[in-house]
Amino acid sequence: MSQEIKDVLQAADPANVATINFGPTHPSTHGIFQNILKVDGEKIISSEQTVGYIHRAFEKLAERRPYNQITTITDRLNYCSSPINNIGWEMTVEKLIGVEIPKRVQYMRVIMMELARIADHLICNSVIGVDAGALTSFFYPFSEREKIYELYEEISGARLTTNMGRIGGFERDFTPVFHQKLQSFLKTFPKAFEEFDSMLARNRIFMDRTKGAGPISAERALSYSFSGPNLRAAGVDYDVRVMSPYSSYEDFDFTIPVGVNGDTYDRFMVRQEEIRQSIRIIEQAYKNLPEGDYKADLPDFYLPPKEDVYNNMEALIYHFKIVMGETELPVGEVYHAVEGGNGELGFYLISDGGRTPYRLQFRRPCFIYYQAYPEMIKGLPISDAVLTLSSINVIAGELDA
Amino acid sequence: MEKLNNQDFLSAVQAAFGADVLAHEEAFGMLNIELSPARIHEAIQWLQQHQDLSVNYLTNIAGVHYPEAVGREFAVVYQLHSWKHNLRLRIKGYLPKDKLHIATITDLFAGANWMERETYDFFGIIFDGHPDLRRILNMDDMDYFPMRKEYVLEDATREDKDDRFFGRNNNEL
Repeated sequence: MSQEIKDVLQAADPANVATINFGPTHPSTHGIFQNILKVDGEKIISSEQTVGYIHRAFEKLAERRPYNQITTITDRLNYCSSPINNIGWEMTVEKLIGVEIPKRVQYMRVIMMELARIADHLICNSVIGVDAGALTSFFYPFSEREKIYELYEEISGARLTTNMGRIGGFERDFTPVFHQKLQSFLKTFPKAFEEFDSMLARNRIFMDRTKGAGPISAERALSYSFSGPNLRAAGVDYDVRVMSPYSSYEDFDFTIPVGVNGDTYDRFMVRQEEIRQSIRIIEQAYKNLPEGDYKADLPDFYLPPKEDVYNNMEALIYHFKIVMGETELPVGEVYHAVEGGNGELGFYLISDGGRTPYRLQFRRPCFIYYQAYPEMIKGLPISDAVLTLSSINVIAGELDA
Repeated sequence: MEKLNNQDFLSAVQAAFGADVLAHEEAFGMLNIELSPARIHEAIQWLQQHQDLSVNYLTNIAGVHYPEAVGREFAVVYQLHSWKHNLRLRIKGYLPKDKLHIATITDLFAGANWMERETYDFFGIIFDGHPDLRRILNMDDMDYFPMRKEYVLEDATREDKDDRFFGRNNNEL
C-alpha cells in the first residue's frame, strides 16, 4: 500500500464516513453483486462484498446430469466465452475415459477457443472504455463480436450459450460458409481491431484514468491465486496453454504478454495483446488444419447420425445407451484446466462409475480473484473502483456458478 | 534444473510426515496424498516454503461427501501446483461427520478465504481460525448444507430419477 493511500485512510474522520451501496444493480457492475462501501468523501475506506445473487447450484445440478448434459451448464459460467467452457468440460471427460482425439478436432477446438477468447477480451476492454466515459469505442467492437457469433452459429447453431461440441469432437465439420466467414474475419478483423486499439491505448484521457487504478502486486496476486490476464498484468507469465498444453497448443507459436503494475491500464493492454496473439494462433491453426474426421471414433459417447439410428440396429443400440446413460465409465478423479477468458478454468471431476459425476467442482477464476477486490480499491476514489471492477472482468455467471 | 516428478514429491512428503501420510495414489498422472487432517496446515506450509518443492500456487479447495464411509464422511481436497516443477498435487484430509474441523490455510494463501467459505457453505466443514467464516453463495439464514448427499435435488417421489438408473445401487443415503 502506498504512503498516499495510508495517509488517506489515517486521515478519515469517523464523522465524515458515509456508507453507500455500490450495486447490486449498479450499471457498472455488469451483473448483480453488491459492494457496501465506506467512503470518506470520494475515497474508499473499506468495502464488503456480497455475491451469490445468481447462484444456480451448478455443482449440485451436475450430480444429477449425465456427462453430455453438463455441457449446457458450463455455457452459463463465463457466458462471454462459452466455447472455452464447453470444450474444457469435454476434454475433462475425454481425459477420464482416456480417448485419443484426432488432430483435426484439436485444431478446430483451438480455433473456436481462441475466437471465444477474442470475443471475451473485446467485450471486457470495450467496457473498460465505457466505464471511463468512452462510449464510441464500445460500439465498434460489437460489430466484430457479431462476426464471431456468426461463426459460433455455423458450428453450433447458437450464439451465446453455445453448447458447442460433443464428447469426442464436434457435431459437424466446418461448413463452407464457416470457411468463408472465418477467412473474411481473419482479413478484416486485425484492421478493425487496430482502429479500436488506437481509440484507447494511447489516448491521454484514457491513460490518465486507468493508470494506477486498482493495482495489485505480483505477490498479492499469487497469494490470491489469480490467474489469466489479471495475473499476467501483475507481471507473472502463467498461462495454462503453455504450462500444461492441451488440445495441441504446443504446436503454435505465440507469446504471453505481461504487464508491470497490475493496474487497470496493464490489464487492458494485456488483453489487447492477447487478442493479437489469439489471431496469430487462429491463423496458424487454420493454415495447418489437418485432414481427417471432425470427431473421434467413440461410439459409447458420441451420438450416431440420425439416419443410422433409424436404419441400423447397432446405431440404435448405441443411441439408446447414450441417451439412457448406460455407458460404462471408469472410476477415478481427474482435474483438467484450460485457459479461460479470465484465467485457469478447472474441472475437478470425481467419478464413481455412475452415469453422473459423483462430485464435480468448477474452479472458477472469477470467484477466486474477486475476493481481492476490496484490497485493490482501498483508498481509491469510487470512479476508480468502477474501472477496476470492469477491468478484472468479473462475470456474474462464473462468479456465482 | 532437474524437474522433480510425483515419486520425488511423494518420497519427500513421506520422509517429512512419516506415519501421517495415510494413503497415496497416482490418479490420471496427478499425485494424491491423504494426510491426517490435524497436520494438513503444517504440510501445506511445509510444501509452500520448501526450497526445492516450492508449491507456490493454490489451485482450489473442494469438499466431498461420502455418506457411506463411516468415520470419514467428509473430505477436504486441496489442489496445489508447483510451478517450478510444473507439478500438480492433491492433499486430502478425511473428517468424521461429528467433528468437521480443520485448520484454515488463509494465513498461507489469501485466496483460500473464499474457497474455504464456499466449502463451509456447501458442506458445513468448519475451518478453524478462518477470519470470516460465513456463507458465501447461499442465503445467510439457510439452515442446512446443500451439497451433502442426503439433500436430493429433485422431488424424491419421482421414480425416473431413482439412483439405480444412475448406475448406482445404493439408494438409501
